[in-house]
Amino acid sequence: MKTARLFLGQNAGILLAIALFLALYSIYVSLHPNWGMNVVLQNGNETLALILVGMAQTMAVLVGGLDLSVGPLMTLTNCFGSIVMAGTGGSILAGIVACMALGTACGFLNGCIIVYGRIQPIIATLATGAIFLGLALLLRPTPGGAIDGDFAWAFTNDLNELGYTYGWWEDLGLIGRIPLQPVYLALIILLVWIPFKRSVTGRGCYAIGSNAHAAYMSGVRIDRSKIAAFTLAGFFAGCAGIYLTMQMGSGNADAPQAAEYTLRSIAAVVIGGTSLYGGTGGVIGTIFGALVLRSISFIFRVVPEDSTVGFVASPLLQPFFEGLILLLAVSLGAARTFRAKNRLTLFS
Amino acid sequence: MSDGNGTAAADDSTPYLQMRGISKNYGGVQALSSVDFAARRGSIHAVLGENGAGKSTLIKIASGVVAPSEGEMRVAGAPVAFRTPLEANAAGVVCIFQELSLLPDLSVADNISITAPPRTRLGLIDTRAQRRRAEELLARVGCEDIDPRERLKNLPLSRRQMVEIAKALGRNPQLLILDEATSALTSADVAKVYDILHTLRQEGLCLLYISHRMHEIEELADTLSVFRNGRHISTFDKGAHGDDQIVEMMIGRDWSNVFPPKPKRNAQPAPALDVENLSWPPTLSSISLSVGEGEIVGIGGLDGQGQRELLLALFGVLRGVGGTVKVGGEEKRIGAPATAKSAQNRIALIPEDRKTEGLMLPMSVAENITVAALNKVAKNLVIDKSAEAKAIEEMVARMQIKAGDLAAPVATLSGGNQQKVVIAKWLLTGARIILLNDPTRGIDVGTKQEIYQLLRDLAADGAAILFYTTDYDELIGCCDRVLILYGGEIVRTLEGEDITETNIVAASLNLAGDEAAA
Amino acid sequence: MSFRIDTPILIGLVFISLILAAGTSYTLATQGTATFVSPTYLLQQLHFGAFLGMTAAGMMLVILLGHIDLSVPWTLTASAMVASAIGGFAGDMTGLMVGLTVGLVNGIGVAFLRVPSMIFTLGMNTVLLGLMVMLTGGHAPQSAATDLMLFLGRDRTLGVPHSVIVWLIISAAIIFMLTRTAVGRYMYAIGNREAAAYLSGVRTRLVIVGAFMMCSACAAIAGISLAGYSARAFQAMGDPYLLPSIAAVVLGGTNILGGQGKYSGTVVGVILIVLLQSMLSIMQMEEAYRQVIYGAVIILMLLIYSRGRGRAAEA
Repeated sequence: MKTARLFLGQNAGILLAIALFLALYSIYVSLHPNWGMNVVLQNGNETLALILVGMAQTMAVLVGGLDLSVGPLMTLTNCFGSIVMAGTGGSILAGIVACMALGTACGFLNGCIIVYGRIQPIIATLATGAIFLGLALLLRPTPGGAIDGDFAWAFTNDLNELGYTYGWWEDLGLIGRIPLQPVYLALIILLVWIPFKRSVTGRGCYAIGSNAHAAYMSGVRIDRSKIAAFTLAGFFAGCAGIYLTMQMGSGNADAPQAAEYTLRSIAAVVIGGTSLYGGTGGVIGTIFGALVLRSISFIFRVVPEDSTVGFVASPLLQPFFEGLILLLAVSLGAARTFRAKNRLTLFS
Repeated sequence: MSDGNGTAAADDSTPYLQMRGISKNYGGVQALSSVDFAARRGSIHAVLGENGAGKSTLIKIASGVVAPSEGEMRVAGAPVAFRTPLEANAAGVVCIFQELSLLPDLSVADNISITAPPRTRLGLIDTRAQRRRAEELLARVGCEDIDPRERLKNLPLSRRQMVEIAKALGRNPQLLILDEATSALTSADVAKVYDILHTLRQEGLCLLYISHRMHEIEELADTLSVFRNGRHISTFDKGAHGDDQIVEMMIGRDWSNVFPPKPKRNAQPAPALDVENLSWPPTLSSISLSVGEGEIVGIGGLDGQGQRELLLALFGVLRGVGGTVKVGGEEKRIGAPATAKSAQNRIALIPEDRKTEGLMLPMSVAENITVAALNKVAKNLVIDKSAEAKAIEEMVARMQIKAGDLAAPVATLSGGNQQKVVIAKWLLTGARIILLNDPTRGIDVGTKQEIYQLLRDLAADGAAILFYTTDYDELIGCCDRVLILYGGEIVRTLEGEDITETNIVAASLNLAGDEAAA
Repeated sequence: MSFRIDTPILIGLVFISLILAAGTSYTLATQGTATFVSPTYLLQQLHFGAFLGMTAAGMMLVILLGHIDLSVPWTLTASAMVASAIGGFAGDMTGLMVGLTVGLVNGIGVAFLRVPSMIFTLGMNTVLLGLMVMLTGGHAPQSAATDLMLFLGRDRTLGVPHSVIVWLIISAAIIFMLTRTAVGRYMYAIGNREAAAYLSGVRTRLVIVGAFMMCSACAAIAGISLAGYSARAFQAMGDPYLLPSIAAVVLGGTNILGGQGKYSGTVVGVILIVLLQSMLSIMQMEEAYRQVIYGAVIILMLLIYSRGRGRAAEA
């Protein structure tokens, strides 16, 4: 009983995001004329990069900052990836590792500038974001590059396709229909996020976001945790770039796309229940925050045009409704403002 | 009590903590000047002094929060120079800070083992072991009722303070510093803490105890050190000096005539503020009071009985307040500080925390003084610079604010002068009803005296003053009437000769007055 | 209160001189002329830079309060597009109203609902984007600049571009407000400690709403003038103004957390960014290198500031 209460109280944000996602996605499924695993696969394909960029943003937000370079960093690794992942076989793997290393290194650079240069994260990453975009343009002045088609196909599909393409395994039945995107996510969560969260450095990130002064007084290694948070943000953004490369098969130094991903990542973090003031939340919530955002756009594709709500089916309206839903979602949190009996509590 | 592991080393000739010629200055302000200080194992060493005497700087140096400007520090005979609190911890120095060093969003167990949690073989935090450890430490301080999984921010202040103590014990301190560590505790908790401290002394720890409460020091300490103006004045054994002598050492002069004489009271003062049946569930209920022109009415009682909320309610900060409030006999609805301050109401509030509620610290002294009264020096929102300068000059002179440069940030002033700026800000608005929320907390005696005199002068001038303070002496010395709050209600009104410490204490505990007086 | 130039402004001026020197030596070396410091060229740069100047002026006000306005790009775009779609003077006024309305909604969201400005204005930006997509979706509305737009954004009097004059007027108004009026003082007070300002009887929510409305109005004016400069209003015309306007404000020494900063610094920041961009283009630098240098200069300057602050704090 007590345990359940504690669990609910401490995960309210995530649970809300999950509920919202399930509700929206159910609407989508019910409206979709022929929903099935291939649709899920397509949905996953369109969502994973945003999820990963959102996870990157979560790291910065946890320590009470904001990272405006996550989108540009994704773009940079995408362009880099379109070059180093262009081979076949083992060299692709080496390319992927190189991309991860690049993302991580850029994140580490962000962390060092913020910590040792004593610059506010939002400003520092605004500047490094410009640099990352510049480097991306340098690598790919025009969109291009070609990733091995089989590889791109197999690794953005489901388990069965992966097995067929390389002859690793035969039909796995139902399990084989599992798309690879959740598998990647699960691997990243298990191998990277959970160990990090359960490490002293990871907990230090929460401590800093919660109260940086108290954290220092308690002997938390502030610098180390902060750099780690931004480094991990770089790693996640790098993963997003890698996935984008596999998905598109090429590299594109697309500045508007980078900016859009950065801004959406902030929305995903907030919907996922991580406080913009830091200290609470985590990447799990952000996954569902990103799913909520994407579900909204999926729904627009399937609203029948001849129904009573058909007028919203126009793809032209989609950005408008997306923004409106975001505004409504965050304004719901404002209920707190009107419940506050002591107005002084609003200022803290 | 057992003798612990027998390391009690009262015969140890070298003191555990030793400071020689320690000085510290913050941007020209000398916080400590060539202090020599030593504390030994197996003793509770009380450090006394007014605010600004240098106690907190001393603690911060010992615990690695700040580095001394000069001087040498030794722990267990070895010279040390801590760069961070972490390094001090590693050397066995642990400090329980007044402003707690706890993390609100983390669980109690996380907080207790924040730096050195038990780990699994993979090097990750072992949450289960960490929880057990938290349970053990909480049991040691007698707080089995706290669930280690609970987030810290969901605990009341007194429980948080106990968590802070448990956290400190978990770090295996050799030198434990307690900075006003019992300020928010219930008396039952205080007793537990005393037991623990006695045990730790038996075990041979060196304990530094900072407190303002003389009776605590009498009960606990065996050695006392007095600081004043950043200097170490004297160190002596308990009992070597009487209370009066100690206070004299602390303030450096005679402790007499602190309060201005109370004038003979007008039996029927003109009504300034009348409150009927004010309520703010669940904290305040059926509060009725009236303050006349020229009156100073004190509000007393134990901490947290609704006193602060009462002042905030009158100032329009709280939402959902019931009852009626009359200003100058007229019923008013005050829904915001802006309304409270307006020419029709002329109410002022000196808030509880001057650093976060009273002042904009990075802004200049001058700007802070005029921020609430810009309408007085502006025409159509355009500030008349010369009128503003004149108003500021008058206020600085009247309040005797000691500021080198009025354009310098108000943060550079001492606590007492900062509080004067807050008061000046409200005097400039021409307030007639002045609400004070513990205005003398953390202020030196000299400034306190000036504030008492100022309140009297304002009252003589016709202002109505509602004065909440945690200091009984102020209720007795300053107030014409005293209202005691208990559980959000006024349980007793004391007047004239009845305002005595016994009566205040009895009423605060909600005992019937006669019994306690007996 | 004496006139003091604070460090960020001084560093900014030094960097401006460095950029001018670098640009000039480049043109001297390659073309044999000092084009970069010729009045004509500089005025031309200011002509275009004024649009950033107007946007940054508004941005500074909300940053001073400890907030931020991410809806500036599409506020700018929407005002220009709506104004040109309606056409005529009525259109221009409607465009301005669009700006004021956006600011009002932002202000209500931030001050009354207390949604973090970062996220509320972000949502607002998307909504505006959606509205503009709808506006141009079914049919192609008129997008040619109105007479007023051309007057403000393109025309000159005695060689002085009107956009520069508009920027000067906005600047004078803001300087007056920040230094001489109660509202300006309240803005600094709220940016430093909102609770203390509220308890001082300042109507903090109204000030916040006002600041957001001023910010959006500045963006709207920038949009209307910019449409005149480009002779038409078009989608996403405001996108290149968001990050540079924030950078200009911060490079000018305004604390991103609010409460501290001078307007003159923002002007220095704008000029710095405009000159930096024009130097890079005069050197015919590729876009890629421009981005890298642009980012590197911002970081370099901020590093120098924070060194300066560190020393001041230790002294």
